[in-house]
Amino acid sequence: MVKKSVLRILLVFVSSSFFTNTLAELRIEITQGLDNATKIAIVPFVWKGKRMPPVKIDEIVSADLTISGRFEAIDQAQMLSYPEEESQVFVRDWRMLGVEYLVFGRIEPDGVMVKLNFEMFDIAKGTTVLSQSILGLPNELRDMAHYVSDQVYKEVTGTEGAFSTEIMYVTVEENADSRLFSLNIADSDGRNVRQILESDEPLLSATWSPDGRFVSYVSFEREGRPAIYLHELKSNNRQVLTSFSGLNGAPAFSPDGKKIALVLSKDGNPDIYIMELQSRKLRRVTRHYGIDTEPSWSADGESIIFTSNRGGQPQIYQLRLEDFQIQRLTFEGDYNAKASLLRDGSALVMVHRREGVFHIAMLDLRNGRLNVLTETSLDESPSVAPNGSLVIYATQYRGEGILATVSVDGLLKFRLPSSSGDVREPAWSPKTKKSFNPLD
Amino acid sequence: MNFHRIQRLLGTGLSAIFLVGCASQEPEYTGPSEPIEESFVEEQTAEPVGPRVESGKLVVSSSDSMGISETLGGIFLFDFDQAVVRRSGHAELDKHASALSGDRYLRARLEGHADERGTREYNLALGERRANAVRAYLVAQGASNSQIEVISYGEEKPFNTMHNESGWAQNRRVEIVYR
Repeated sequence: MVKKSVLRILLVFVSSSFFTNTLAELRIEITQGLDNATKIAIVPFVWKGKRMPPVKIDEIVSADLTISGRFEAIDQAQMLSYPEEESQVFVRDWRMLGVEYLVFGRIEPDGVMVKLNFEMFDIAKGTTVLSQSILGLPNELRDMAHYVSDQVYKEVTGTEGAFSTEIMYVTVEENADSRLFSLNIADSDGRNVRQILESDEPLLSATWSPDGRFVSYVSFEREGRPAIYLHELKSNNRQVLTSFSGLNGAPAFSPDGKKIALVLSKDGNPDIYIMELQSRKLRRVTRHYGIDTEPSWSADGESIIFTSNRGGQPQIYQLRLEDFQIQRLTFEGDYNAKASLLRDGSALVMVHRREGVFHIAMLDLRNGRLNVLTETSLDESPSVAPNGSLVIYATQYRGEGILATVSVDGLLKFRLPSSSGDVREPAWSPKTKKSFNPLD
Repeated sequence: MNFHRIQRLLGTGLSAIFLVGCASQEPEYTGPSEPIEESFVEEQTAEPVGPRVESGKLVVSSSDSMGISETLGGIFLFDFDQAVVRRSGHAELDKHASALSGDRYLRARLEGHADERGTREYNLALGERRANAVRAYLVAQGASNSQIEVISYGEEKPFNTMHNESGWAQNRRVEIVYR
């Protein structure tokens, strides 16, 4: 009986993964990694189940760490042995290969669940530095693998990883006389793509609620007119939040998830409004004949960062909601837009034009220093990972729209091309997709 | 039923579809001053009465010679980060305004667009400014606000998908679409 239900779960898993393969996956390519990447060996994990494992945990962990740019995972064919426990580790063999860390593990059925044990061995110290067991459902093996990657990453680098997060983005297929827009969510490694919405009218500005349960976006699906939608991911239920005449754009959830800042031009020109989600009450918070758009919130929810051309060109301003005081934040360059604050409020990430080329830049608000992070062009839509160390953005590569990521220190750079069509409008999920509690 | 019969039955209708098909696939931009279907429209028009709408475009009787009709250019271009109607477009816009003021049942949608440079939401705002500028011009020339709807598509619906200056120049535009 138990066996049957496991089989059924596996079947569902296999068929759903078959379905997702029909959607364009994103492939991650490192364009700039660290010179002194940490050499790590991810040994094939022992699989105690009867059938072949649907996914290979060690391969996912190895790919995750490699595409982080901070690790070099050695080829499994180079390994002299595949240890399953600490007593089987011959330190000298691994030293010879220049390996600094060794990760091995075991997966076995546990009732209807799957139990994963993994350990990390520090070759220099000669001891195990990480050892955990976690339980998950058979269809959560990918998530469990990303969890392992996060633990390894944190142990070695001392900072949180972003492997268990998701990325939402828009793809556009250009046909002879039509365009097909699609809103998708993928795991942060570009796999496991799920489609949220498809439309032959524009879709843009998708953003996550802080708890990751809802998304909001602008869709022109109703007679080619824009409306802001609130969409619950689990149920696929959605509602129109605003569909006024004129612009309905740039939704941004407040940090407590109770409000959405958005842009309407119903009163004459683009201004920023705040909608209380419970009551749907609207409050206008900017009032200027210029363009005010692209609101984002400070982490404390007490101010809003936005783009305005009130000074003649688009620049970034901060609005304090308590007294409506507005302060200009950017002065370098003639086009700064779509800014968001890092969670600690120390810096802005934004689109910045330099010598006619659009880049992603970071402005350190403590010392006023502006750091251009990207060398690509036509860069837009920056979105910061929940760990605060990576920025995903949209750019052009060989004439196609693709996503790319860059670390906030500018040292690591990646491209995420899609197997088909233009990709744009990335939004990094605000928290980990699935967390596992280590067993004692 | 043989092919010739079908051809006779469909006659010019078929060739019209063919012409329009060619027009939409033509990669070269011909601009508002040279409407592609003009020659065909001239042949087909018997006696022009007020303006009429053909696939979103407005066909009016020409002001200089009786009995000849003309399809009005529906695309107006703008400079980067600007929402000022170019002087070169005024003459054509005047014709739209006079058609709109002459027939209060005419309804036009002004679709504002931007090139791909800069951010998407800012470009939506910019596209709206451009469409509003065209609306203000038309209203000043006698059209009524209630006849005109403004929608901005920002950079979402490029006319030309090339990522260069000539592509961008064609994408910074307002299109007048009649319904």
